[in-house]
Amino acid sequence: MNRQITQKMKVKKVNKKNNQFNQKNIRKEFPILSIKINKKNLVYLDNAATVQKPKCVIDALQTYYLTSNANVHRGLYALSEKATEAYESSRKTVAEFICASSKEIIFVRNTTEGINIVANLLASKINEGDTILLTELEHHSNLVPWQILAKKKKANLLFVPITKEGLLDMQIAKKLLQKKPKIFSFTHVSNALGTINPVKELTYLAHKEGATVVVDGAQSVGHMQIDVKELDVDFFAFSGHKMYGPMGIGVLYGKKELLENLEPVLFGGEMIKEVTQTHATWNDLPWKFEAGTPAVSDAVALGVSCNFMLEQGIENIRKKEEELTEYAQSVLGKIKHLKIYGPSVSKKGPIITFTLGDVHPHDISSLLDQEGIAIRAGHLCAQPLIEKLGVFAVCRASFAFYNTKEEIDALAKGLIKVAKVFRL
Amino acid sequence: MNAESMYQEVILDYYRHPHNFGTLKEPSVQADDSNVSCGDTITIQLLIEKDIIKDIKFTGKGCAISQAAVSLLTEQVMGKKVDLAFALTKKEVLDFLQVPISPMRLKCALLGLKVFKIAICKYKSKEFLEEDELK
Repeated sequence: MNRQITQKMKVKKVNKKNNQFNQKNIRKEFPILSIKINKKNLVYLDNAATVQKPKCVIDALQTYYLTSNANVHRGLYALSEKATEAYESSRKTVAEFICASSKEIIFVRNTTEGINIVANLLASKINEGDTILLTELEHHSNLVPWQILAKKKKANLLFVPITKEGLLDMQIAKKLLQKKPKIFSFTHVSNALGTINPVKELTYLAHKEGATVVVDGAQSVGHMQIDVKELDVDFFAFSGHKMYGPMGIGVLYGKKELLENLEPVLFGGEMIKEVTQTHATWNDLPWKFEAGTPAVSDAVALGVSCNFMLEQGIENIRKKEEELTEYAQSVLGKIKHLKIYGPSVSKKGPIITFTLGDVHPHDISSLLDQEGIAIRAGHLCAQPLIEKLGVFAVCRASFAFYNTKEEIDALAKGLIKVAKVFRL
Repeated sequence: MNAESMYQEVILDYYRHPHNFGTLKEPSVQADDSNVSCGDTITIQLLIEKDIIKDIKFTGKGCAISQAAVSLLTEQVMGKKVDLAFALTKKEVLDFLQVPISPMRLKCALLGLKVFKIAICKYKSKEFLEEDELK
């Protein structure tokens, strides 16, 4: 079944392979890209925080409420059936999108909630003195939930360090895995440096030592092909809004055989099978883990965003974003006093993290904003990592396939202006 | 607001060459605080004699707005009576900067005022506890 799905998707990919993006048409799909900010054309370069939404996704939200809104799995009437059908068929689309089965797709609010749920699901497996292994690249969302669990259980929290280039130190990773951690949780793509981690290799090594593997996929799903079966990860969490879907919907993937044997952590409606005044039994997968009325419209629109990405061709998206990152790295690299952090373009996602002399990143961001340019500045929700770089804040420009070289030129021009204002 | 309006000469001058930057040998009181999300930090030291701010110095790091605003503040309160200086308002601090501050940057512009007020409160409570009747 999964193999079939993978095959089907590969065919889709091939069909799109030779299609070149028509940049003008692509941008038309994203109405917000043509608005003005501070009387300038918006140059949106904070795509790692959230990407803009295509019309088809915005329309899907409206269409759902105009034509299909009812509570799911409850009403024995046509409208409720329609809503349920839309919700469950979207789950199927999302499952196929990452090569999983529908039973393995738990709808959540976002990556953060997904990881929090995993930490709670696995809590009963952690005892005093056990080890939980993370990496130095983690976003706070894949750090704090484990900190809390480790404190509660008196477990050890260990971190795979990064090399100077910003890649995981694989030698040390192997050594730390030999300590037989119960859980190894790491990011697929670093939100701060862009580093793409070798998920398949890390998972293989971790499984050999008996660890359960949790992957934060927030920064990867919107940019590259994901096949959870091939990666063999146990849990994989991601957010809809970083892959052209709406905010407020995300996914926690878990291997069926693991989910079947885990106790739910949220209780109430929908997740139950039978309830007496003193006892309850749990619903089947995946509903066992979805308590209460879900974000149906957002889930439906997430399915639309998956199809939108497939229509563009995920390989095309990746290629275009690599081109943009390459271009930005070369253009920004030429600016005096500008320092770029993290690995080379081929080893990272569409993210460029930098500082400009001693100008505070918030000042840089404020000045660029006056030019209509939106970038991220600060500690990027990865405080320990940014401190390790020897700075207290950085700037981050991150791209989506709808960005253009002209926008990167505008960023470069803006940065040169910042340097001038600050008399660098 | 045009590109440089938030970063006019006055802010850049105070940021690049801050007035009253440094530490006091024997401060009457000192206070510090930070904006965690930005990484802005400010420490203020005060020398108070006969209810008058005789000297004030600050140290800190962070964005141009936060550092320029606190430097301007030190000049405004220098030599003033404690109570008068304590009455300093947010609006007055923003006025010293002579440029419009966007809502997202208000916290930066007002960090110095917050630290200054904490320092005065600390000084007042210290003074109060040292009054004879309470000993």
